[in-house]
Amino acid sequence: MSSAGASKAPPHASRAGGPPFLMALPALLLFALFALVPMAIVVYLSFTRWDGLGSPAWAGTDNWRTALTSDVTRHALWLTAKMMVFSWVVQTPISLLLGVFVSGKQRYRALLGVFYFVPLLISTAAIAVIFKNLLDPNFGLGAALDLPILGQDWLGDPQLAFYAVVFVIAWQFVPFHTLLYQAGARQIPASLYEAASIDGAGRLKQFWHITLPQLRYTIVTSSTLMVVGSLTYFDLVFVLTGGGPGYATRILPLDMYITGFQSNEMGLASAISVVLVLAGLLLSLALLRFSGFNRMRSQQAGM
Amino acid sequence: MTPRMPSRVLITASAAALTLTLSACGSGGRTPGGGSGDGTLAWALTQGSEATFRASATEWNKEHPDSEINYQYFQNDPYKQKLRTAVGAGNGPVLFENWGGGGLKSYVDAGKVTDLTPDLDADPEWKNRIFPSVLKSATFDGKVYGIPVNGVQPVVLYYNKELLEKVGAQAPKTWDDLLALVKKLKAEGIAPLSMGGASKWPDLMWLEYLVDRVGGPETFADIAAGKQGAWSDPAVLKAARMIKQLVDAGGFAKGFTSVSADTGQAEAQLYTGKAAMILQGSWGYGTITTGSPKFASEGHLGWTGFPAVAGGKGDATNIVGNTANFFSLSAQASAKEKKTAVSYLKDGVYNDTYVDNLLKNGDVPPVKDLDAKLKAADNADWTTYVYHLARDARSFQLSWDQALAPELGNDLLTHLDQLFLGQISPEQFCAQMDKAAAK
Repeated sequence: MSSAGASKAPPHASRAGGPPFLMALPALLLFALFALVPMAIVVYLSFTRWDGLGSPAWAGTDNWRTALTSDVTRHALWLTAKMMVFSWVVQTPISLLLGVFVSGKQRYRALLGVFYFVPLLISTAAIAVIFKNLLDPNFGLGAALDLPILGQDWLGDPQLAFYAVVFVIAWQFVPFHTLLYQAGARQIPASLYEAASIDGAGRLKQFWHITLPQLRYTIVTSSTLMVVGSLTYFDLVFVLTGGGPGYATRILPLDMYITGFQSNEMGLASAISVVLVLAGLLLSLALLRFSGFNRMRSQQAGM
Repeated sequence: MTPRMPSRVLITASAAALTLTLSACGSGGRTPGGGSGDGTLAWALTQGSEATFRASATEWNKEHPDSEINYQYFQNDPYKQKLRTAVGAGNGPVLFENWGGGGLKSYVDAGKVTDLTPDLDADPEWKNRIFPSVLKSATFDGKVYGIPVNGVQPVVLYYNKELLEKVGAQAPKTWDDLLALVKKLKAEGIAPLSMGGASKWPDLMWLEYLVDRVGGPETFADIAAGKQGAWSDPAVLKAARMIKQLVDAGGFAKGFTSVSADTGQAEAQLYTGKAAMILQGSWGYGTITTGSPKFASEGHLGWTGFPAVAGGKGDATNIVGNTANFFSLSAQASAKEKKTAVSYLKDGVYNDTYVDNLLKNGDVPPVKDLDAKLKAADNADWTTYVYHLARDARSFQLSWDQALAPELGNDLLTHLDQLFLGQISPEQFCAQMDKAAAK
């Protein structure tokens, strides 16, 4: 481990110099053209009534009043928050443990690691179609293996469907976070473990007192991606359940799509999408602020 | 760099999405794909009647080199959005395929569609050939805005003859027959009805038929006209209660709310002997015969109309379903393009070879005097049944989700889903629909 040199660099070094403003210009222009301008248009549209055919008609704050008071949108917001929490609670421990496990140098662990990453290679729509078939109560996994316990009405029961979706999302994203934790765990200097075992710490204690603290920033990174990413879950849920049964899996991005492109209420959908953007921004800011992300520095000073 | 990740991902995604939309618009303009020169552009769907359209265009263009028709084909799901964007931006095609009803009406209200009534009135032979019940789906305020171009798609009750014989029963003629049959089948461990409930629209076929049988076509006419409190009509409430009765009696196969209608699994339950009946549009025949050719050829597949309801006002010949797909003429087209399009609709569509091609595909076009042709076609018993069903129907109600404005149609599907799930009561369903309609 020769990272000691890097850690001695003053933390402000990168801020002092930095590339000239001109170099950032092309990226900024693209950002403005493809992100800021459309966003401004969406904010404008959220104050209009538009079915996508004629021209938008000014509607004042009607859409906003509807969006903020409608039971459907509130429920969607609640579901999104619930999805966020459940995704984090399910995915974090699994990927943390898996990541630490496959970071070991043994051959079989490397092999297992390769298998764990397979879901990462499959497109989301394909994953949704696969699980839709696997979870089918009449022709799915339960019927094929003759296991009644797997033959539940996974996607048709309003209570179960939500958790089924959380599971499939976890199946898709755990490999990615495992990869993060694997990389993080490999960075931990072996000397720490050597010192610990000399002091008589067992496996569990080593994990608790060395691996976990050393992975702190990886946890922050992975959690940020999970939490903010859960605001953009769309394709998988759309193909898997289409927001149903009833409103059971109609999360905010789906509510926006259905309102805009199936019910042709572009104005209302724009209002929902502004809510979504604001929620994403606030979450990112909050995470940056409270996780110590911007104060992040090496934990290996003195190694 | 890591903290920037999420916003970067978002930006890349939105940029990619925008580029896609932009390029889609660019290529969706007036560049005929693979076609020659500047013919009259028509947009149609890939599924169903594509082969007929292709053959028809080849034939037409050979005979009319100075007024060609150029088809472009699109997949069903993205088509609605693409059409809306293109027409909204003034880049739409001259002719476009649609389903009539509330979807077409929004284009008419925006002044994007040409009124075809004068052309039809100028040629009574053309006008009288098409079933009026079908033309009604594209008629608003007495003006016709679309001409049907493919087959009728009424909803019928399919059944597995073997399973019904096993319990010694006939196909149900009345609602009480159906309930008795449900009990009998359940006692034998056979699921009475399969349904693709996850797709929601199959639920709707039950409500459409029951409301019609109980209250007659007038009940929905009130709803479509936006009459206040039309959803709380006693007929709608009774129909909703009958649905609850059927669901509570275990009429639908276990897990029907998670079966998707797109994958053909609901039909598969019928031909694999897991379920005895399914209420499905005429396209279900194609799904079943392709899924298990043996099942149909060995004569296990039966079909019948929706059961009658004792004391109901609706005629037993009334049907619901998709009347047909239509071609509508853009109001933005030039005079020459309009002329070409109208003469194509008159002489190119539903001419002899066109009808033959449709029949070959199992599509039954809504035009008069087809009996002789039907007898010669494959699946004659099926196509003749569908033809007579559509011809003799006192009323042919367009599917409600198509007939109503898309916004209300969506609310309807979701609330009905909740009714089937038992999340809301029939009374709540009516109240919620009245509220949604009043929006």
